[in-house]
Amino acid sequence: MASKPVYRTVFDIPREEYFAPGHGLCAGCAAGVIMKILTKVAGPNTIIVNATGCVEVATTMFPYTSWKVPWLHVAFENAAAAASGVEAAIKVLKRKGVIDPNKRINVVVVAGDGGTYDIGFQALSGMLERGHNVMYVLYDNEAYMNTGIQRSGGTPKYAWTTTTPVGKVWKGEWRPKKPIADIVAAHRIPYVATASPSHVIDMMNKFRKGLDIEGPTFIHVLQPCTTGWRFDPRYGITIARLAVLTGMWILWEMEHGEFRVTVPVPKRKPVREYLKLQGRFRHLSEEQIEEIQRMVDEEVERINKLVGRTVIGPVEE
Amino acid sequence: MVKWKRLPLNSNYAVAYAVKDADVDVIAAYPITPQTTIVEKIAEFLANGEFDAEMIHVESEHSALSALVGASAAGARVFTATASQGLELMHEILHIASGSRLPIVMAIATRALSAPISIWCDYSDLMNTRDASWITFINSSAQEVYDTLIMAYKIAEDPRVLLPVMSAHDGYIMSHTVEPVDVAEDPEDIRRFIPKRRDRINILDPDRPVSIGTIVRPEWFYEVKYQQVVAMREARKVIKEAQEEFASRFGRRHDVIETHMMDDAELAILTYGGIYGTAREAVDMMRAKGMKVGSVKLRLWRPFPADELRKALSNVQAVAVVDRAISYGTPIAGPVALEVISLFYDEKDAPKVISFVAGIGQRTVTEYDFVGIAEKSLKYLSSGSIPKETIYWGVRGVEV
Repeated sequence: MASKPVYRTVFDIPREEYFAPGHGLCAGCAAGVIMKILTKVAGPNTIIVNATGCVEVATTMFPYTSWKVPWLHVAFENAAAAASGVEAAIKVLKRKGVIDPNKRINVVVVAGDGGTYDIGFQALSGMLERGHNVMYVLYDNEAYMNTGIQRSGGTPKYAWTTTTPVGKVWKGEWRPKKPIADIVAAHRIPYVATASPSHVIDMMNKFRKGLDIEGPTFIHVLQPCTTGWRFDPRYGITIARLAVLTGMWILWEMEHGEFRVTVPVPKRKPVREYLKLQGRFRHLSEEQIEEIQRMVDEEVERINKLVGRTVIGPVEE
Repeated sequence: MVKWKRLPLNSNYAVAYAVKDADVDVIAAYPITPQTTIVEKIAEFLANGEFDAEMIHVESEHSALSALVGASAAGARVFTATASQGLELMHEILHIASGSRLPIVMAIATRALSAPISIWCDYSDLMNTRDASWITFINSSAQEVYDTLIMAYKIAEDPRVLLPVMSAHDGYIMSHTVEPVDVAEDPEDIRRFIPKRRDRINILDPDRPVSIGTIVRPEWFYEVKYQQVVAMREARKVIKEAQEEFASRFGRRHDVIETHMMDDAELAILTYGGIYGTAREAVDMMRAKGMKVGSVKLRLWRPFPADELRKALSNVQAVAVVDRAISYGTPIAGPVALEVISLFYDEKDAPKVISFVAGIGQRTVTEYDFVGIAEKSLKYLSSGSIPKETIYWGVRGVEV
């Protein structure tokens, strides 16, 4: 049985702030919203282990830091390994009486798509397989945004990036996005979920579960990037919402092997609505848009089959 | 009085006993020859409840050191061991561990680097870590291995230092060779020498939040790195203090260098690690024939014991430095030889430094090799022509 949600309305959002303003994230960057909400849910007894990436560089420009909780950055590919060490240390120090054994300390990884899909994948798999009590939060902006919009394993098909440019021969990224959450779920960890900053309460409940459930947990959050996706900063959350409403980004969770869609979409919008707001898809032909629509339709069908009924409905213009 | 039990241990097992006696909290390691038996022995201790620690069975050496950065930042006493390719894979995190000022301790069973692959001993792996800001010891006996590892925690965790420590011994030549080692009857005696402390600022504690590993702009970066220069300088003093306290508590004295028959020596043979004993034997053989040769052992590689070496070598006419690593593409290819040359650069009446490379990929180095090296060096000295390039001793097809 899936556990009950803790947060029901915006009034349930904790008032305390553990992620200070004044950081250097781009105007309209959804990562800031995700970190703010994440730390509100996790609270003060939390240690953040941050992979190299936008959030790391933008929130800790010495001598300033946005983090009111202990925060560690080691390198790009090893956030999961470093978090394994933090968790193991807390465990043994509790056993030896150095840390109060009754004090619950959350260990949370924050990493981008490059640090998760690609360079950090081995360390992530190791951490999951060993069963460390760590929540891994992937903020996925679908390319190496920190170094200036290079494609990653998380870049969706046909997206323009600086290493999959649109030219006479190349027409943007030609490979589909790697299904990282499914691959993580294949490790048989107790909790995997997808989330979107447009559905804050849903995202908060997933963070809550990720923290409360013993063992490794993984929350995959879609993070619209104004700079890399090429949209007006005001549309970040709108685009995140359209990703959900078009079925491009399905909000689900898998708790102890039980799969469910947490935000059903009875009437889907066409993917065109999502794509047209973003400069990275500006070059798409009608055929390419239709191909993306077909890919989404197939994924929706797969998800509906998995659930056993239609939770994501057909496209309605 | 501290009671000791004498056990037949190879240097790898001596490391494992030291880790147990130091009450290490977190161990993360990945198997690699010839280090593997260190962590196997530690696992055996843990499996039998002989001490309490978390062992993280990481999926690579890169993750081993990364996990220790996390564990040390969370306030635990930590340990890992590696060699060769494993040390190379860790290289990125070597710099992060020292830059984050974390008192991590690592044992190295030294081994040659690929390609071609060799599982046998030389010091190419260790010498590649030269600029990583780790305090680096090179041991010559299994007893030294046990004692150094214990002192390593004392030194690394000292608030004046807070730098990681590497403690190396020869792969196979020491890692798999059994010697008598005195280990503490009661580990508490060791633990009283290295009490654990939680007074450093870089601990991830929710009651006292800090950000570790932040991005630092050009306005500050240089000053942060300069603190590592200062810490290395301080370490020289702290190492001496640790050795003194160790000697007075436990009755065994170690120093950053060791000399043998140097009082009236005209030629010194300087080397490090497991072949130092062989060099000493060779000196005794040569003394019996009336040759005025002495030997110097380098036990501490970083911080480089410049004052001690300058003093030890002040009266010799020449020093033959025998390295077991090659810095390719430079006339003087021995890493330690380069440092020794720099010690005396521009000094009047300085000893001549002759650089030898030997023992690459565990090519055997015997007493007779050291005798040959000494004879060759004395010949250079009497002819007045000191070679400006490293001599590759023992390589087939090359006339020396």
